[in-house]
Amino acid sequence: MTIEIAIDGLSVTFREFRALKAVSIAVEKGESFGLVGESGSGKSTLLRAITGLAPSSGGSITVAGETLSGSRRSHAFRRAVQMVFQDPYASLHPRQTVDRQLVEPLAIHGIGDAETRILRALDEVGLGPSFRFRYPHQLSGGQRQRVAIARALIVEPEILLLDEPTSALDASVQAEVLNLLEEVRARRGLTYLMVSHDLGVVTHMCSRLAVMREGEVVEMLSAADLAAGRTVSDYTARLMVASKGFSREAAG
Amino acid sequence: MTLLAVRNLSVTYPTRTGLIEAVRGISFDLGRERLGIVGESGSGKSQTGRAVMGLTPKPGIVRADAMTFSGVDLLNAGPADWRTLRGSRMAMILQDPKFSLNPVMTIGRQITETLRQHEKVTKKEARQRALAMLEAVQIRDPERLFGLYPHEVSGGMGQRAMIAMMLVCGPELLIADEPTSALDVTVQLEVLGILDRLVRDTGMGLIFISHDLRLVSSFCDRVIVMYAGRIVEELATADLSHARHPYTRGLLDCTPKIGEDRHPLPVLERRKEWAA
Ligand SMILES: Nc1ncnc2c1ncn2[C@@H]1O[C@H](COP(=O)(O)OP(=O)(O)OP(=O)(O)O)[C@@H](O)[C@H]1O
Ligand SMILES: Nc1ncnc2c1ncn2[C@@H]1O[C@H](COP(=O)(O)OP(=O)(O)OP(=O)(O)O)[C@@H](O)[C@H]1O
Ligand SMILES: [Mg+2]
Ligand SMILES: [Mg+2]
Repeated sequence: MTIEIAIDGLSVTFREFRALKAVSIAVEKGESFGLVGESGSGKSTLLRAITGLAPSSGGSITVAGETLSGSRRSHAFRRAVQMVFQDPYASLHPRQTVDRQLVEPLAIHGIGDAETRILRALDEVGLGPSFRFRYPHQLSGGQRQRVAIARALIVEPEILLLDEPTSALDASVQAEVLNLLEEVRARRGLTYLMVSHDLGVVTHMCSRLAVMREGEVVEMLSAADLAAGRTVSDYTARLMVASKGFSREAAG
Repeated sequence: MTLLAVRNLSVTYPTRTGLIEAVRGISFDLGRERLGIVGESGSGKSQTGRAVMGLTPKPGIVRADAMTFSGVDLLNAGPADWRTLRGSRMAMILQDPKFSLNPVMTIGRQITETLRQHEKVTKKEARQRALAMLEAVQIRDPERLFGLYPHEVSGGMGQRAMIAMMLVCGPELLIADEPTSALDVTVQLEVLGILDRLVRDTGMGLIFISHDLRLVSSFCDRVIVMYAGRIVEELATADLSHARHPYTRGLLDCTPKIGEDRHPLPVLERRKEWAA
């Protein structure tokens, strides 16, 4: 098995604050790897560091055999690695129509057949052609999130970094998007690194996952072990309990 | 006792390519209770909340036969009325918190200014109350968050900052639009606990918009199900398993659960007549 994404001892510091403290993970080619953990533990920062959007202050990032340095990324990297941001507004240009946002990556990477690809990309995420000429502010939260997913998929990447990709979707649309992501991965052998706080979604999509807390990986385990409750750290065990849902008695 | 009454509310947007009907004639009442709104992505949940708060963006048109909040006619409220209502008596946690916060003001200042707009408190007191609120929503280091700008906080921290900002004045009506969608499950339960106690102890009315039917069913008293701008079903959460509408029934089935192995997940066969 080849390692597609190797993060080794990665640290990220913002002013004095250490958002990532020597984090290491390795994702195999074709694998779907999950990141779960406490809010503020550094999950988004890890994905952003891979794309060069967060400043690394130590350790290394190797993607498809190429060790990355600084915040510069090659043209080829920017096509091969696509990220769906946690906050869909961050991925979308506020003053451009959906159409423009989908045309642009195609043009930048010299991919033809824009018309067909755009209509297909929108259809795949359950948005009809009537959404094509809307602006981001004319969409609902979940519709914006789906445009961001369509935008990442349209350039046919090899690696997808997915930050809470379905957090704004109702269960029916979420099921469609998760099925789409699985189908694309199986068909084209993509590698996914996916953040989600929904343990049901993570265990459905990923074979292995890392649990993060305060800038560190506290546990690395298989989805099967998590489902069976074979956890090591206290924090992971607490997550499992909390994922059972709200109970008025427990809340006091 | 009815806190909020909405009759035949519609929200439409005229665009170059025609009229977008975001909300199409919905009616409901809210007492001092937890009312859940679930529904398909794009079904009009957020637009309903915004219309109640007088926050429909231009060029949206809001129409209703009646919309009253504890005796106040919201349809004819002027800017001065809204200033005294919004923020202090009724508040909304918006769905995109980081986008809704002021990008050039620190989180701490945004919360304390909200508080000082509505209550006569000293700067010091405002700061203390804001910090206490942030601690209540499980922020690890409230002092640090205080000095950060929205682009420097994580998704879940931004969401909790927004929650703190909306709760700090103790509103009588709170509309929470996906308030826990960016929170890990342990923090999520803490936040739900806070909202729950506010309803129980202070009699706040809560509209809880969420796509998580399981969460809504364990947390809310009643639930409204929306589809294509309309209410297609209204149920006590205890009766959720007896849902009649095929959309609601389908929802219960297509959520991935830990320990299940269903690939691909079942999906809904949407029918035209659902949107009629
Ligand atoms: N530009 C920045 N300046 C200062 N601090 C930052 C910056 N970006 C991130 N941080 C800090 O890094 C920490 C980790 O943030 P990150 O967004 O990675 O968390 P997360 O695990 O994705 O959380 P969530 O689940 O809430 O989205 C947070 O404490 C955040 O305030
Ligand atoms: N400013 C706008 N102009 C035109 N149409 C809009 C505008 N804002 C929202 N809409 C449309 O109104 C409909 C209802 O939107 P709303 O945001 O209420 O959906 P929602 O139920 O909250 O969905 P989600 O779960 O995805 O957030 C959507 O189809 C959306 O595209
Ligand atoms: Mg994040
Ligand atoms: Mg919404």
